Amino acid sequence: MTRKQKRLAGIGFIALVLAVAVGLVLVALRDEIVFFYSPTEIIQEQKAKSGQRFRLGGLVKSASVKKEGTTNSFVITDTNSEIEVSYTGILPDLFREGQGVVAEGVLNSSSVFIADSVLAKHDETYMPKEVADSLKKQGYWQQNPDEDSKSK
Amino acid sequence: MIVELGHYTLVLALGLALVQSVVPIIGARIGHFGLMRLANQTSIMMALLISFSFGALTWAYVNSDFSVVNVWQNSHSLQPYLYKYSSVWGNHEGSLLLWVLFLAIFASLVSVFGKNLPPELKANVLSVQAWILVAFLLFILITSNPFERLANPPLEGNDLNPILQDVGLAIHPPLLYFGYVGLSVTFAFATAALISGRLDAAWARWVRPWTLIAWVFLTAGIAMGSYWAYYELGWGGWWFWDPVENASFMPWLAATALLHSALVMEKREALKIWTVLLAIVAFSMSLLGTFLVRSGVLTSVHAFATDPERGVFILAILVLFIGGSLALFALRAGVLKSGGLFAPISREGALVFNNLFLTSALATVLVGTLYPLLLEAVNGSKISVGAPFFNLTFGPLMMPLLLAVPFGPLLAWKRGDLLAALSRLYLAAGAALLAVIITLAFTTDAPVLAALVIGLAFWVMVGAFAEISVRTDIRKNGIAKAFARAFGLPGSLWGTAFAHFGLGVTLLGIVSVSVFETEVIQEMKIGDKATISGYQLTLKNISPRKASNYNEDIINFEVLAPGGEKFVMQPAKRIYTTRRMPTTESAINTSGFSQLYVSLGEISENNSLTVRMWWKPQVTLIWLGSLFMIFGGLLSLADRRLRVGAPKRAARASKVESEVTING
Repeated sequence: MTRKQKRLAGIGFIALVLAVAVGLVLVALRDEIVFFYSPTEIIQEQKAKSGQRFRLGGLVKSASVKKEGTTNSFVITDTNSEIEVSYTGILPDLFREGQGVVAEGVLNSSSVFIADSVLAKHDETYMPKEVADSLKKQGYWQQNPDEDSKSK
Repeated sequence: MIVELGHYTLVLALGLALVQSVVPIIGARIGHFGLMRLANQTSIMMALLISFSFGALTWAYVNSDFSVVNVWQNSHSLQPYLYKYSSVWGNHEGSLLLWVLFLAIFASLVSVFGKNLPPELKANVLSVQAWILVAFLLFILITSNPFERLANPPLEGNDLNPILQDVGLAIHPPLLYFGYVGLSVTFAFATAALISGRLDAAWARWVRPWTLIAWVFLTAGIAMGSYWAYYELGWGGWWFWDPVENASFMPWLAATALLHSALVMEKREALKIWTVLLAIVAFSMSLLGTFLVRSGVLTSVHAFATDPERGVFILAILVLFIGGSLALFALRAGVLKSGGLFAPISREGALVFNNLFLTSALATVLVGTLYPLLLEAVNGSKISVGAPFFNLTFGPLMMPLLLAVPFGPLLAWKRGDLLAALSRLYLAAGAALLAVIITLAFTTDAPVLAALVIGLAFWVMVGAFAEISVRTDIRKNGIAKAFARAFGLPGSLWGTAFAHFGLGVTLLGIVSVSVFETEVIQEMKIGDKATISGYQLTLKNISPRKASNYNEDIINFEVLAPGGEKFVMQPAKRIYTTRRMPTTESAINTSGFSQLYVSLGEISENNSLTVRMWWKPQVTLIWLGSLFMIFGGLLSLADRRLRVGAPKRAARASKVESEVTING
């Protein structure tokens, strides 16, 4: 090979690796990302089909937490709509009724959300950002009304 | 009073930083040595002033001075002393002060150890570092002042967030910050080179040790953070591809690439422009990490305060430095002459291969981390990008790189021989093949891919020492002579071997735990038994205990190992009294490289609780591998050719070289 051909081969190889990287990213962005929805977006706007993986966020409804063996069930509400969640495993330390929570999993055919991970806030003053935002959207979040009206 | 003095010295440091950011660089422009030398004094003074300031804040914490807002919010008089110290950086304001302290220390180190640097280069470097200092000192003083007072001091503090009260987290931030900020030195060198338009092998000689120091600390910080998350969060995971983890991983990837490209530049005067760009990218990633973690755009343990003003300020710093340096790069990169031709199959070629894959991988991590923020800004939809994304993008890009790792050191500079290199790797290939066969033969349900990756891990581990085995040649020289030769080999060669070996070890741990891990979740009462991977756990009793700032229920398990020996595991449920915050302390038992991990749910009224158990085979290899990498980095640093005196010789050598070329 001449020097020019070598250089072209080199550039070609680099371009190939970059193309593979871009391709992988595009495929992964199409298939491997998880959307965040509030109960209203699921029930009224039907944003997710059953079997599709998503994150569900809202407040844990008061007096809805039940435990049977290692399976926990509770209701996530955004005060407008609510969805029943079933989760096998250990709930986070800061999981409380009336507090913000995010669950990840799929909706089964009988409209129960089967979660495989449940996240609660990290300390007692902190609400997951997604939950706070979606509650604001429902007009429920009253902690900072000025900011709310500004953002609209 | 001490607190006010701390505040005052911080303001003084800002004044000095302003002077240092202008005067030396002007000196370098007009060739005035007095102006250039000024930076030597100001940088050391700044380090002392900021140390005093940091000391003042620490003093307030140790003495539980709750009239200081920051201390009141994040500390408690009954906290153990270790956490009184670590509370200093366990919050937004204090951690930024630590960041700035390290920045000032690095600047002063450059001025102390840089006696042999060309004066113009040194003046420019110190000025650039002062720019960064000015930006962050302003940020602290305007938006995040840790020295603010309360008019009516309360009697008791709010305590440090309980999940941060842990030895791992006491040392994780300083390690990581030292690494983050260490990259500022390389950044300053790159920017200085762009400003002066001069870049020679002496420059690379300077840059490589500093990158290495930063890299060693980054590696240690990330490994520590990963292990902390593993045992403290109680989820049994060691890496979540959480944006905050990515924020520390991206600078590491960039620093690893930089380490390798600086090698080419130092030895062969090639890849100059690329190395400068990488130096800029590496520190940009540090800044981006600081922005992601400190601005509150992300939900995480690290997002202490969500204050929009702060976010905007950090964003401005980010845009100024990244945008500014990239613009400078675009304008000036043409001035830097590149030299040193090489064939595609050569040591240089291998290092370019390394850089290509590392930067591509870095780009995928960057996209995965920023895409959710971008999408939300564009159309308001909220998404999360987690492990599946990174397994599909980052994973495949790492495989060719890992396959190539043993080849690199065996190829000659300029023009290498792939077949000759391969013939020296027969031992590694044999080990890899054996590992694949054994895995397939002795496990029933392991996927073929897992067996292949285990083979890859052995390939990397054994292959790491191929160069040393070639150089010592035990069969020809006999043991005694081979040993003598091994000791005579340069430290950086051993460093490379150990770092690459560590990479293989970490990979082995990752595959092993991802594929062979077992998990059992069971509801248990006192007296109940559970079995996992041959271990039998019996819940004996629950015993309460009182500590200085929390109460806990210790759950005592008696464990019968498959070998017949008995031991006790004691996970616990804690309630931190001040914040009324519950936490779970998991229990871990290590045997060999594997671990038995027990985590707990809440205790119900009838004294039953959910117990989650994992058997994690070879999990400790993940962190053990990083220790080998750190050890390798330290060996390289200790290499006599990289010692402080060395740059002088290098400078002279390159001078001689350039004279020769002029004469020739």
